Amino acid sequence: MSDLDTKPAAGAQINPSTSKAASWFSHVITDLGKNGIFIALVLVVVLFSILTDGILLRPQNISNLIVQNGYILVLAIGMVMVIIAGHIDLSVGSVAAFVGACSGVFAVHWGLPWWLAIVLSLGIGALVGVWQGFWIAYVGIPAFIVTLAGMLIFRGLALVVLGNSNIGSFPAEYRALGNGFLTDLFGEFELDPLTLGVAALAVLALVVQQVRTRRGRQKYGQEVEPLVWFVVKLALITVAIGFFAYALAAYKGIPVTLIVLAVLVFVYGIIMTRSVFGRHIYAIGGNRHAAELSGIKTRKVDFYLFVNMGLLAALAGLIFTARLNLAGPKAGDGFELEAISAAFIGGAAVQGGVGTIAGAIIGGLIIGVLNNGMSIMGIGIEWQQAVKGMVLLLAVAFDVYNKRRSGGR
Amino acid sequence: MIIHQELALSPYLSIAENIFLNNEQKGSSGLIDWNKTNHEASKLLARVGLRENPTTKIMDIGVGKQQLVEIAKALSKRVKLLILDEPTAALNDEDSDHLLNLILHLKEQGITSIIISHKLNEIKKVADSVTVIRDGKAIETIAKQDVTEERIIKDMVGRDLEHRYPDHTPHIGEEILRVEDWTAHHPQDTTRVVVDKVNLNVRTGEIVGIAGLMGAGRTEFAMSLFGHSYGTKISGRVYKHGSEIKTRTVSEAIRNGLAYATEDRKTYGLNLIEDIKRNISMASLKKLEKRGLVHDNEEYRVANEYRTSMNIKAPNVLVKTGKLSGGNQQKVVLSKWIYSDPDVLILDEPTRGIDVGAKYEIYTIINKLAAAGKGVIVISSELPELLGICDRIYTLSEGRITGEFPIEQATPETLIKHMTMEKAR
Repeated sequence: MSDLDTKPAAGAQINPSTSKAASWFSHVITDLGKNGIFIALVLVVVLFSILTDGILLRPQNISNLIVQNGYILVLAIGMVMVIIAGHIDLSVGSVAAFVGACSGVFAVHWGLPWWLAIVLSLGIGALVGVWQGFWIAYVGIPAFIVTLAGMLIFRGLALVVLGNSNIGSFPAEYRALGNGFLTDLFGEFELDPLTLGVAALAVLALVVQQVRTRRGRQKYGQEVEPLVWFVVKLALITVAIGFFAYALAAYKGIPVTLIVLAVLVFVYGIIMTRSVFGRHIYAIGGNRHAAELSGIKTRKVDFYLFVNMGLLAALAGLIFTARLNLAGPKAGDGFELEAISAAFIGGAAVQGGVGTIAGAIIGGLIIGVLNNGMSIMGIGIEWQQAVKGMVLLLAVAFDVYNKRRSGGR
Repeated sequence: MIIHQELALSPYLSIAENIFLNNEQKGSSGLIDWNKTNHEASKLLARVGLRENPTTKIMDIGVGKQQLVEIAKALSKRVKLLILDEPTAALNDEDSDHLLNLILHLKEQGITSIIISHKLNEIKKVADSVTVIRDGKAIETIAKQDVTEERIIKDMVGRDLEHRYPDHTPHIGEEILRVEDWTAHHPQDTTRVVVDKVNLNVRTGEIVGIAGLMGAGRTEFAMSLFGHSYGTKISGRVYKHGSEIKTRTVSEAIRNGLAYATEDRKTYGLNLIEDIKRNISMASLKKLEKRGLVHDNEEYRVANEYRTSMNIKAPNVLVKTGKLSGGNQQKVVLSKWIYSDPDVLILDEPTRGIDVGAKYEIYTIINKLAAAGKGVIVISSELPELLGICDRIYTLSEGRITGEFPIEQATPETLIKHMTMEKAR
């Protein structure tokens, strides 16, 4: 391509007159803007730790926060991907209930080994995804309709499988998925050394990765943030992880749910930011026609998105069932709404094309802290609903306002 | 009253309903009086010279007629000043003439019109005075008697543009692409033949033009060829370097060395909410894949290279394409396809809606592609453009190739004659 025109581009140089301090400041501001949702989470945490006299940040409660919201966060990962592609999935709550019921039949009624029951259940979730993905991608029915139908279909099937009763008393290994802890591998201590060790490794990996990314960018002549701000940010993140790890170590150790979540966030984070498949999802959400005419197989991407959503809905169903040690008819009620809220609070756009896994996770955590904080304060479920609704509305309104101010459309 | 380039009509409502949108003709009961609505609409349609039933849905009439409905709508509000933004951008010559005559007619009735246009001959024809705007500033206002195309162009470019088309010395090699008996039917009405046994070929280093009026099947031909993106019951054969290839899906077409830059870059060409970098890489992510992951630093480097070489005016490649001007957006689209490394590029209206200076740059890019040994097919409704840049021109009418002219034999008159040639019935 170098044989083409080689005039210098206008405005290629960054204005050199900008003083160093001003550029420093502008970096902090843009980062704050980009991470507005993260700051919102911090504010919500601070607010509720004051309102609850610090109960919110007690080790046991922090551990509970993760375990109680694990399934919503799992759903939020799949949901934000679906939303980025410009779809929606209303059926995840029902699918979770259906898969939970099936797993009950496998693990309790049929007495299959716990791992086989889990694998089979995940397979059923994927099949549900194949079913919905087929209608959406290949028949061309809007996802809203297909998953609205799915919401009814799988809620109904869950009741059929349960046959008007609950299924309980799951094997211990199965239950660990919902309320197990990884702890005491090195004997009993006041602070679990395993938890602290894992946290230290996580921080180390994060720092190494961030430094490598920064070096890579510099090598390619891309602008990077000032070194001081880079270090300050890493230090802040380290402190946050450290505090979190301390809390877990002081209680029971690392929840199994957290391990599952961490793996999912890591894998899906990479898929969405670095893989061709992830890029195709953003391209489709941004402009489906343009994506199609660029050779992206939009139907295939849509199909696999819903297969993936089915799989994650199944996993959420398993975690929820394991936590309650019970597969019941009301399981998964309203999960879809919490997952959708999490994605939107986390910055996903209704029109598609915009959103991140990290945003959805933080959005989910905000909902989780609201739930947990208000419950500790003894606020009734009716007010909790209203407050959560307001938060969703304000979060999206703030996002819209921000975009309009910056001149985007 | 402003009439925008993209018409503000509701496709599912009738002509009359659109004319009186938010100005509904109410009867004494306060409800809409449909007889009155349709009657008034008929009168307005007569004034703009449109013979259509006012109850016809907007989606069932052509763009040229829709434009007239917009004007009728304006007249219904008893306008004194009419602002038309690129009114003829989507019209063929006949409809354009009709529209321009209508504007002159309205002038006699005391209605002032401001036309925003980049079609210089039109402006010369109708305007009493011309104001040239460049970079958000009014450059000069010229009275009717002093208006010349050269003067307008000079103002628009800010420099003398001796040649509107860059010099091009063709180095034409052997045949690279041949299409035989290409036929496609309308996707909804499958009995209608939209592309009818089209035969054409392109040689390396050659710029081939396709001239045709709106609705002649130009875009339909290109899109059906490019991965069967348009139409049903598609048949015909495609040969590259003499051996047959298939183009059943877009990715197959890309793999076989085709590229198609659409006429409607906002709807079909770009992801406007993404940055320049990701738009350029969109069709070639596989190339950037390293161990299953997209190599984003390499992507940045590539995009930056194109930003420089194509002269895309943006401070960096992280700017969203929605914020670029039409000309720069088009350069991004071309970068995307050049990066996919095709052998044949089909450029559909490559200079639609962009200013004269950027047009020149696009022509230069097209020349360089040809000089690099690619085959280039340019589809355009602007004859001077085709005559200025092509080595050979096909004319297309009602889905059929009606003529083929080496550039030495092509004149506007013969081209138009063949572009309007109707099927023997």
